[in-house]
Amino acid sequence: MFSMNRRTSGEVAFDVLNNVLMLIVCFLTLYPIWYVLVNAFNDGTDAMRGGIYWWPRLFSLDSFRTVFHSTGIMTAMGVTVAKTVIGTVVHVFFTAMVAYAFSRRELIGRKVYMLIGTITMFFGGGLIPTYLLIKSLGLIDSFWVYIIPAAFSFWDMIIFLTFFREIPDGLEEAAKIDGANDFKIFYKVIIPVSMPVVATIALFHGVYQWNDYFTGVIYMNNADLQPIQTFLFRVVAASSTGASAMIAAMPSNVSKAVTSQSLKLATMVVTTAPIVFVYPFLQKYFVKGFMIGSIKG
Amino acid sequence: MNSVGIEATNTDKRPVRENNKWSRLGKKLISQRYLQAMALLGVIWMIVFNYIPMYWITIAFRDYNIVPHSVNPWVGLKHFKEFLNDDNLGYVIRNTLGMSALKLVIGFPLPIAFAILLNEVRSTFFKKSIQTISYLPHFLSWVILGGILANWLADVGIVNKILMALGWIHEPFSYLAEPSYFWTIVVSSDIWKELGWSAIIYLAAISSISSELYEAATIDGAGRFQKIFNITLPSIRGTISILLILAVSGILNSNFDQILVLRNQLNEPKSTVIDIYVYQVGIVLSRFSYSTAVNLIKSVIAFLLLLGANSVTKKLNDTSLF
Repeated sequence: MFSMNRRTSGEVAFDVLNNVLMLIVCFLTLYPIWYVLVNAFNDGTDAMRGGIYWWPRLFSLDSFRTVFHSTGIMTAMGVTVAKTVIGTVVHVFFTAMVAYAFSRRELIGRKVYMLIGTITMFFGGGLIPTYLLIKSLGLIDSFWVYIIPAAFSFWDMIIFLTFFREIPDGLEEAAKIDGANDFKIFYKVIIPVSMPVVATIALFHGVYQWNDYFTGVIYMNNADLQPIQTFLFRVVAASSTGASAMIAAMPSNVSKAVTSQSLKLATMVVTTAPIVFVYPFLQKYFVKGFMIGSIKG
Repeated sequence: MNSVGIEATNTDKRPVRENNKWSRLGKKLISQRYLQAMALLGVIWMIVFNYIPMYWITIAFRDYNIVPHSVNPWVGLKHFKEFLNDDNLGYVIRNTLGMSALKLVIGFPLPIAFAILLNEVRSTFFKKSIQTISYLPHFLSWVILGGILANWLADVGIVNKILMALGWIHEPFSYLAEPSYFWTIVVSSDIWKELGWSAIIYLAAISSISSELYEAATIDGAGRFQKIFNITLPSIRGTISILLILAVSGILNSNFDQILVLRNQLNEPKSTVIDIYVYQVGIVLSRFSYSTAVNLIKSVIAFLLLLGANSVTKKLNDTSLF
């Protein structure tokens, strides 16, 4: 090609160096994850000798088997799945519903409602006032502490609202003539044509719910209702006496190939796997959502 | 006087008009009752979860009593005065500003450089793959990353192995137990996690630059570096300045999730930032009023910084954040 022919040796050197640099960035990004993976798939006692960098030395699935047989870990995993699924459905549905009402220009009091919301973008109560509220609502040690305080977000509402404004009025009019009320229009007409924005917000909130550990740390003392991230925090965090908590989660008849360290790594892999697996397919939504958010914010 | 006459006629007509107005409003409200119900549910949620906590900020000016239904007497600025005399004040502020400054100086330019260099990659497939890989860490939780770091930085971890093999150190030690390494660990792990993600906004800005500019520069014989410094960088200057100003105004904020995972009793002198202090004093020690006062001081200063940032952006770009 024309431009290729004209590339000087300096240009070629730049390209080569740049590509090498990019490969190094990729390596530095992926290697820590790979390292955890190969060590988790290695025999735990053998892994304590160290030196496993590229491939398992003594391949073993025992750590994973132990993870899947540990009632504590599996309960926490179930809580995470439940809070992610329920939390995302509630957040998306509730936030979109309010956004739809706010998007209708004939809504009486719309300006006041928007002002009430806008103020929340700049001012908040902070940690302790929020804690006192959650406590007075009786949400401490309740599963709903993961769902209700996260059911709405004014930022996400604005993203929905911007999208809803672009929907042609004709769609709603047709439904209205058929005698549908506004709520019915919302979930029968508006939601189905808004799937791109629904998917984007659902993904972001889903990742938030999956990764959030602090809600569990601060509001949940019942070990049966703590999500896996909170469990891991209590095990992994530098401040905790992690090993004993990890050993407590291990079944008594555990194999010698499993150590508290290898169990920790295996739990980390199991916790992260869903995100890594869905990630390549959903990546474009993440980026789209980021762009909508940053333009609006 | 004239106005009296006008008033008189007005009062005559008002009741009828008012009646009409109210009944029309009432009818309209009834006709949009579903819409109102949907909107009000959101408003009620905001009142409960945003505004009631704002009311609870008043405990910063009171002595909060943990016993339920007891009175919380007003004490004025007692807790604020206490904060000014707090021995921890110095190092808490130093840690907060120190880590923020490092993140600003090192963490801020790197995504810009990464975006520009990524944009120079010729193969679209290669470019897309690097992008996909670079976003991945953003979606991992800090707990997982904290676990990886604890593993790598332990005395038997890979970092010690590498440094000893290179002969840089002679005996292994535990980096997370050493306060002097804490800031480095926080800043570099933050870069590892967010480099690719923070670059997205710059990549978007770069992609909107007209390709004619580059073609014209090529005809004029400009090299790659000349194009980067004379076209790419000036074109994304607006984006950079807005993000820089936002970053500067957020200097009192720390990544709470990150530091809570990485801190321990040994690195405390270098790891306690304002947000962690608020958590530590409030939740762990149950000093609700004092903790709220500390957080309130921080929020007020942060808000003033944001207002300042906004007016600076206005002057620079003729656009403002809000």
